[in-house]
Amino acid sequence: MTDLTKLTIAAARDLMAKGELSSRELTEAHIKAVEAARPLNAYVAETPEMALAQADAADAKRKAGDARAMTGIPVGIKDLFATKGVHTQACSHILDGFKPEYESTVTQKLWDNGAVMLGKLNMDEFAMGSSNETSYYGPVKNPWRAEGSNKDYVPGGSSGGSVASVAGYAAMGATASDTGGSIRQPAAFTGTYGIKPTYGRCSRYGMVAFASSLDQAGTITRTVRDGAIMLESICGFDPKDSTSVNMPVPNFEAALTGDIRGLKVGIPQEYHLAGMPAEIEALWHQGIEWMKAAGAEVVDINLPHTKYALPTYYIVAPAEASSNLARYDGVRYGLRVVPNGGGLNDMYEATRAAGFGDEVKRRIMIGTYVLSAGYYDAYYLKAQKVRQLISDDFKRAFEKVDVILTPTAPSAAFAFGEKSDDPVSMYLNDVFTVPASLAGIPGASVAAGLDAQGLPLGLQILGRPFDEETVLRVSGVIEEAAALKAEPKVWWR
Amino acid sequence: MSDIDKATVAKIARLARIRIEDDKLDHLAGELNGIMHWIEQLNEVNTDNIAPMASVVDAKLRWRQDEVNDGGIQDKVLKNAPNAEYGFFTVPKVIE
Repeated sequence: MTDLTKLTIAAARDLMAKGELSSRELTEAHIKAVEAARPLNAYVAETPEMALAQADAADAKRKAGDARAMTGIPVGIKDLFATKGVHTQACSHILDGFKPEYESTVTQKLWDNGAVMLGKLNMDEFAMGSSNETSYYGPVKNPWRAEGSNKDYVPGGSSGGSVASVAGYAAMGATASDTGGSIRQPAAFTGTYGIKPTYGRCSRYGMVAFASSLDQAGTITRTVRDGAIMLESICGFDPKDSTSVNMPVPNFEAALTGDIRGLKVGIPQEYHLAGMPAEIEALWHQGIEWMKAAGAEVVDINLPHTKYALPTYYIVAPAEASSNLARYDGVRYGLRVVPNGGGLNDMYEATRAAGFGDEVKRRIMIGTYVLSAGYYDAYYLKAQKVRQLISDDFKRAFEKVDVILTPTAPSAAFAFGEKSDDPVSMYLNDVFTVPASLAGIPGASVAAGLDAQGLPLGLQILGRPFDEETVLRVSGVIEEAAALKAEPKVWWR
Repeated sequence: MSDIDKATVAKIARLARIRIEDDKLDHLAGELNGIMHWIEQLNEVNTDNIAPMASVVDAKLRWRQDEVNDGGIQDKVLKNAPNAEYGFFTVPKVIE
């Protein structure tokens, strides 16, 4: 019998539609796979009973003629989406024991569309990290290893559990979130497909907030088609999120025509970084050749403020985080630490000292500093102005081109501990993903090749606001041209 | 711009309500200075006459009727509290 965990969402959907597969069978296979994948540390909470109940309900609905886009498909949920009655801690100690009394809109939409929840997925604490090394629940291991090596690699971050579960055949798809690259960079590190839609496409209601003007939900899947199916099922207007945009959601799967003849593809010259590995330049060049071969027109463009995107991000995101994370005070939920004989302020300070990890503390401190009296104009206001310039760069570029092609990350996955001693060198991982987050435009990372060690590399596709369809279409063309047959060697089962 | 010294770190920690032990202040000052110096390259950018960007969504915030559409969920609100009594959140004594 074939391994059901290796099916794509599209293939499983079609088999279930033909009556050749039940969600029960598919879900049971995945529950076993989740257990077997524990060495990856991708899940922080497993929900097998809930999954089986949802699977049976999905099979019953299908019999009753009410099959939807995700009916019967087992998925994993990043730990920052509120799931009623189930572990939701954004992988922080400070939310110890928190089980929300409400459901996030993104997960509610998945359940309404028939999906099945396998559990909650590991992540960097409050999504602050690029290697999944800051989680209170310990690091996630990348299913991929360098050829002939037993060394463990990081899966990228912050959606490390999402990508490891999908690349490791322990979920057919996973929700993820992107504030500065947390969907695209880990997708590149694991050979998966990650797409972040336009800011405002997915409701932020019930997502644990990091930086509200940047946070956006998205998906991780093994193929572009699966990404189109799952993404469509979580998008849409929600009155409960004041920045949710009231626009119809197109049929994303129908956008995968494979036809990009005449499309103008922009190549930003500022993304040629000094010191970038030659194989990443080569992959990018290969991507350009694929675009030409498919009949697209390749155009050199300039995004002159690119080098300022990271420093801008490291003011804006910590500033918003310091405000958002003020709510963790030991009063209403989560951890409470009261020193002997201590008063209210002692409780706040001790709770937050014990509950937040080092990276989260660093970012709250930076945010508090740049917003404090005397520094607000010099740092925060300045960053907001540069953010406008970065956004204007993209606006001008999209007057000339339909889509932008770049590498996703300046390196392949790295080994544990390699970058965790130097915050700035860790931040540089997001150099290609942060600009699009600041501008709020849609972006995806598609697996396009392997490096000399056999580790996956991704190409990034950026589109105009609300033009996810073109991003998906170009992703599909790259996926087909790359025709990657490689998959991680299963060492964890 | 000014360097972040030990006293400044202590002040920020106090503002952020995070207790930081005295022997950690120097190390943290070093890290924060490293990050802030890297950030200061933004001073190269001319931002004269540029409006600060607070949101990528152009749309105006929506209006709605000012009416109660939720409530009566005291139990749910208190469900995750580390300490709740008589329908209230409780905290250490504030007033003598």
